[in-house]
Amino acid sequence: MSIKGKAYIAGVFEHPTRKADDKSVAQLHAESARGALADAGLGFADVDGYFCAGDAPGLGGLSMADYMGLRLRHIDTTETGGSSYVVHVGHAAAAIVAGKCNVALITLAGRPRAEGMATGTAPRNYGAAPDVAFEFPFGPTVVNQYAMAAMRHMHQFGTTGAQLAWIKVAASQHAQHNPHALLREVVTVDEVVSSPMVADPLHRLDCCVITDGGGAIVVTRPEVAKTLQRPRVRVLGAGEAVKHQAGGKIDLTYTGAVWSGPAAFAEAGVRPADVKYVSIYDSFTITVLITLEDLGFCDKGQGGKFVADGNLISGVGRLPFNTDGGGLCNNHPANRGGLTKVVEAVRQLRGEAHPRVQVKNCDVALAHGTGGSLATRHGSATLIMERES
Amino acid sequence: MSAAARTIPAPPVSPETAPFWEAAASGRLLVKRCEACGELHHYPRAACPFCGSDRTSWQEASGRGTIYSYSVFRRAPVPYAIAYVTLEEGPTMMTNIVDSDLDAIRIGQRVRVRFVPTDGGPPVPMFAPA
Repeated sequence: MSIKGKAYIAGVFEHPTRKADDKSVAQLHAESARGALADAGLGFADVDGYFCAGDAPGLGGLSMADYMGLRLRHIDTTETGGSSYVVHVGHAAAAIVAGKCNVALITLAGRPRAEGMATGTAPRNYGAAPDVAFEFPFGPTVVNQYAMAAMRHMHQFGTTGAQLAWIKVAASQHAQHNPHALLREVVTVDEVVSSPMVADPLHRLDCCVITDGGGAIVVTRPEVAKTLQRPRVRVLGAGEAVKHQAGGKIDLTYTGAVWSGPAAFAEAGVRPADVKYVSIYDSFTITVLITLEDLGFCDKGQGGKFVADGNLISGVGRLPFNTDGGGLCNNHPANRGGLTKVVEAVRQLRGEAHPRVQVKNCDVALAHGTGGSLATRHGSATLIMERES
Repeated sequence: MSAAARTIPAPPVSPETAPFWEAAASGRLLVKRCEACGELHHYPRAACPFCGSDRTSWQEASGRGTIYSYSVFRRAPVPYAIAYVTLEEGPTMMTNIVDSDLDAIRIGQRVRVRFVPTDGGPPVPMFAPA
């Protein structure tokens, strides 16, 4: 059974805060939910399906349903790190097609900045995970793991630091127009490659921001969407995949997007050349480069050339990306960037992006999430959406 | 940099992986081999991640390998090199490169295992230039 055209993204909201000293995580979830429901023209009483991931406090979906007073007949707390919310949209569409819910609410929130979390630079110990004994002693951090993927890509394909820097440059060109972006200053390739080295070959400006905040998405069945007063955006296709170490047959030159991408394109019935705008998970510049290759926007190994010279800048290049400034400049709420990827894609399809970055005739858009670590195990999720003409 | 300049956290030892750590304490590197499909894997599991069989056994590795990728973490109080090393026997494992000039590490470099003490646990396999 296909979800193509059978579910609509009726409401989206990106919480404006970037540092939430005076709010609880549950409060940020609920504020985001209220924002997305208001955007759609719906209320909490309309929600009958709820989706959240590991950032939801307490018992996750149970705690948040209790806090928000939701009356649910469908719940899904799939956790694939920062890609979870892209997965959730696909799952919500499937649940709607199966008749399990009519109005699905997806929320995300967190406050790593207020809590002073060393997000990227402190080795993370995932407790009882079976891999911990064989990884944690060696000091894996978020940054040095993604850095190993970048180092291998450079070795194998000749990718350069300057090419990676172009990804940050494009994001900064977009972020200057976003009043909510954490970093609004335009940067140059030279500034990126001369910023302090964090983990070879990734510089400080190759890394995304750390922000508090959240966001929410409302997915509805077509009959509901057609009663609402908003431009209609429908889901065309969704794909998800998990890439891991394959028992030690490790290849860091590709991501799970090599599986989630073709699945989403096949369901949507479109090709990469049909896509006018992409939101690509940008935890680091290298994440974007490898993902674009894996999704088929260029050949494997050619990502460096593809992203260079402004090719990702709206109004300049062939493939405008992350026109809100992305995780690299705008926002990476709760260290999980998947939800805001969907939000900006919906803004583009509605024609509601900032006029300076709005893509002309944006009828088909793609959002892609990457959660976890490129170097060990991650979830990939690809979502293709269309503006209903 | 010497490995001792950085405190290495102790690996949690479980019944499933105890033989690996007992061998490590005597300077031997083990990998898991599946008796059903013949594949070697790392990190070690009771069940083969290739075919699902629970007929797995321990095999001693040569301790020789090559660097698949690495990154020097410059922001740490004591910079260190995380790496993936591909063993002569096939599997690639996460590790650190030690006893080396951090700026001289290269992908493809030949390395050899050496076991480094941890903070209250068994030693862990790291690699130094061969």
